[in-house]
Order: sequence, then C-alpha cells, then structure tokens
Amino acid sequence: MNSRYIRQTSLNDFGPDGQSKLLKAKVLVVGLGGLGLPALQYLNAMGVGTLGLMDQDVIELHNLQRQVLYSEKDLGRLKLDVVLEKLTAQNSQTTFKTHDTFLTKENVLETIAAYDLIVDATDNFPTRYLINDACVILNKPFVYGALHAFEGHVSVFNYQDGPTYRCLYPEIPTIDEVPNCNENGVLGVIPGIIGTMQALEAVKVLTGVGEVLSGKLMIYNGLNQHVSKINFKANPGYKKITELQDFYETVDCDIVPSISAKTFMSYRESGKKFTLVDVRTWEEFNQNHLNEAVNIPLDNLDVFEHQIDLNKEVYIICQSGKRSELALKQLQTKHPDLTLYHILGGMNKMMTLCP
Amino acid sequence: MTILLFGITKDIVGSSTLSVPTSSITGRKTPKTVKELKQFLGDTYPELNKLSSLAIAVNNDYAEDDKTINSYDEIALIPPVSGG
Repeated sequence: MNSRYIRQTSLNDFGPDGQSKLLKAKVLVVGLGGLGLPALQYLNAMGVGTLGLMDQDVIELHNLQRQVLYSEKDLGRLKLDVVLEKLTAQNSQTTFKTHDTFLTKENVLETIAAYDLIVDATDNFPTRYLINDACVILNKPFVYGALHAFEGHVSVFNYQDGPTYRCLYPEIPTIDEVPNCNENGVLGVIPGIIGTMQALEAVKVLTGVGEVLSGKLMIYNGLNQHVSKINFKANPGYKKITELQDFYETVDCDIVPSISAKTFMSYRESGKKFTLVDVRTWEEFNQNHLNEAVNIPLDNLDVFEHQIDLNKEVYIICQSGKRSELALKQLQTKHPDLTLYHILGGMNKMMTLCP
Repeated sequence: MTILLFGITKDIVGSSTLSVPTSSITGRKTPKTVKELKQFLGDTYPELNKLSSLAIAVNNDYAEDDKTINSYDEIALIPPVSGG
C-alpha cells in the first residue's frame, strides 16, 4: 500500500483492508451535476479503483453556481469530457469508464451489471425509478441523493435485505405534480453537502465500515441545520421486481415521437420546410436560439398555439428535451392528426453539434 | 398535532410546520388515522391531493394509511424530491 492513502489506512476501523476494498470497487455515478461531482471528487480522491461516469449534457452558465468542478472556460463543453480530464489529473491510478448517454430502459441493465454500486445523482424521477428497478433486478445497492430548495434527502436503497425506493414511494409522480427541472431552485451549497454524504455512504457500503443508511431516509434542512431520519421497512413486493416496466415517462422515448439532434440537423440542412417551436422561456430564447425558431414558452402554449404554422411538420425544442416532450404531449392531445416531433437533448445537444 | 412539512408540501402550505387544531375549535372531526389526516389536509390544501406518492411519518417511522395517530404525535409529510 502506498503512502497516498496513509491518512485513512491509519484509521483502525478502516485500515489497509478498507483501502484494498475501495481499490477493487467499481462504482457508477449517474449524473455529472450538483450531486455527482462532489461524490465523484471524493470517491476518486479516496481511491475507488473504477469509476463510471454518465451524462450527456454540456456545461451551461447556470450550472456553475453549484457544480463547482466546472470553470467558466468549460462552458459549452461536454460534462463527460471535462470530468474525465479533471478527475484523471486528480488521481491517475483510477480506471474511468465513460458513458456518453442518458440511462434508458434499453441500456440500463447492461450498464449497471458491470458495477458493484450505483450512485443516483440524477435530477428526475423517471431515471431514479429506472435505477431502482434495475438495481433490484440485478441485486445491486444504490446510494440515493435528491434535493429540493434548501433541503436534501439521502438513503441507501436495496442494500442487502433493506428496502428500496419503491418501498418509500411506490409510484412515479406524474410529470405535472413535480416542478420542472429548470424551474426547481436549489441553493448552491446544498448539493455539495448531499453529494459528499452520498460519497460517505458509498464508502461504507463498499468497505463495511460503520452503519449504512439503509432503511432510513435522512432529510437535511439547510435553513436550520436540522437532520431528520425516518425509519422505513422493506415491502417484500417491491424486492421481487424481475423486469423493467414498459414505460418510465420521459426516459422511454419510443412512446413520444422524437428525433435526435443530429438527424434534425441534417434535415435542417436539406432545405426542407418545417415549423420549429422553441418552448423555453423568452429569457432563455434571447440568450441563444436557432434562426428559424418561433418562441412560445411552454406555460403560454395554450394561449399562443395559433401562432404555430401547422401546415408543415412541427418540431419542438427546449433546453434539454424535457419541456419539448411535455409540449408535444399537450399539442398531440389537441391535434391527434398532426405530425409532431420533439428534439432529443434540445439546445444542449444542438450546441455540441454546431458550436 | 404538529405536522412537519418537507419538499413540495412546504411550498404548497407555505410554511415548514402546520398544526391541526382540535375539533372544539374547528368543529371538524380530528383525524384519528393517517388516512383521515390525508383527507383532512387534502380538503384544506387541495394541491396535496395531486401528490401520488406522499410518505407520512409518525414519530419518525414511516406509517401506512391505517396507522392511528394522537394529538401528541409528531407527523411529517415527506413527498419525493427530484432535484440533483
């Protein structure tokens, strides 16, 4: 054992044995945002042997307030590239595996199978349920972290005989009962606290040190530094999942007619006529947009729908592909005969294609 | 009966705690079970009825709908949160 880790190998309860368990461990971190980055920085520093990195987003200005690994000069670059660069510089002994994709029903089982532990650092319910179900099917524990404003939630699900995410929340919340990812505010330091808690739980699961936060939901309130722990039990029914559901809302792209940003780009270059509706807020639209786009924010879609030229094929775009999907569903209900598509990955993806 | 509010329930109610007054003040039946409490709160704050997975804890233990509750219990409404 080299001296790099001496400050933790000298701990009686951790020791060289704990270090060697970390070195052998393979951990997948899903999401390179507010939670994923602090979790990764510490797991990498502490000497986890293999780290899987998964995200498809590019770095935007409004990420910097909480995603402190990123610098101003990284704006517009893929998160995956920047994280790989910085973490390799931080610890050259780590093996990194990059996954340039979002987690989908199609890739989740194959992806997760290669890891011992998953860190759920995502920002949306469908992916969280997808991670849960895949982990139950493959019998993998996962460290859960989630945020709301000044509040953070942490737990370790599916650890040995312990409960799962569905034991606490059986059903995926419908898309309209949850604040949109881009409207959901969070104070910058809160993901730093929760993400590092996730790293700590990951280390405990991997090394067997301490008491894993299984069967307990920890709720941290940053406004008064109050921590609540809620005890909950496994519901045997939710431990017996054997296959994925047919449908995980936004994660499953087959249900909603969608087009990849790349395909849309070549379609655009072919000179065909189409209608492009940008459903982001006008502030976002003013920052950058595609020339031919008409701006009708999602919230005003009902009122200004008549401005959309429905005689051509209609394409819908937003920042990341979530609001465009909602807009599509809304229009589809009213005009079932129309040909509508939403653009996967939204402006984030478009910007990586046409810098 | 004191109720602690987390996540979106805090935004819906507009406060981080809520007390349910006894029936002598409101003239309404005081909820005796988790299910009755959900209905009671749903009548006052209809937005809460929209939450499909709302966990309720009684004295820091996750509670099913049939769990009985008393005026001295500490109740928490814990909806799932999604931010990351």
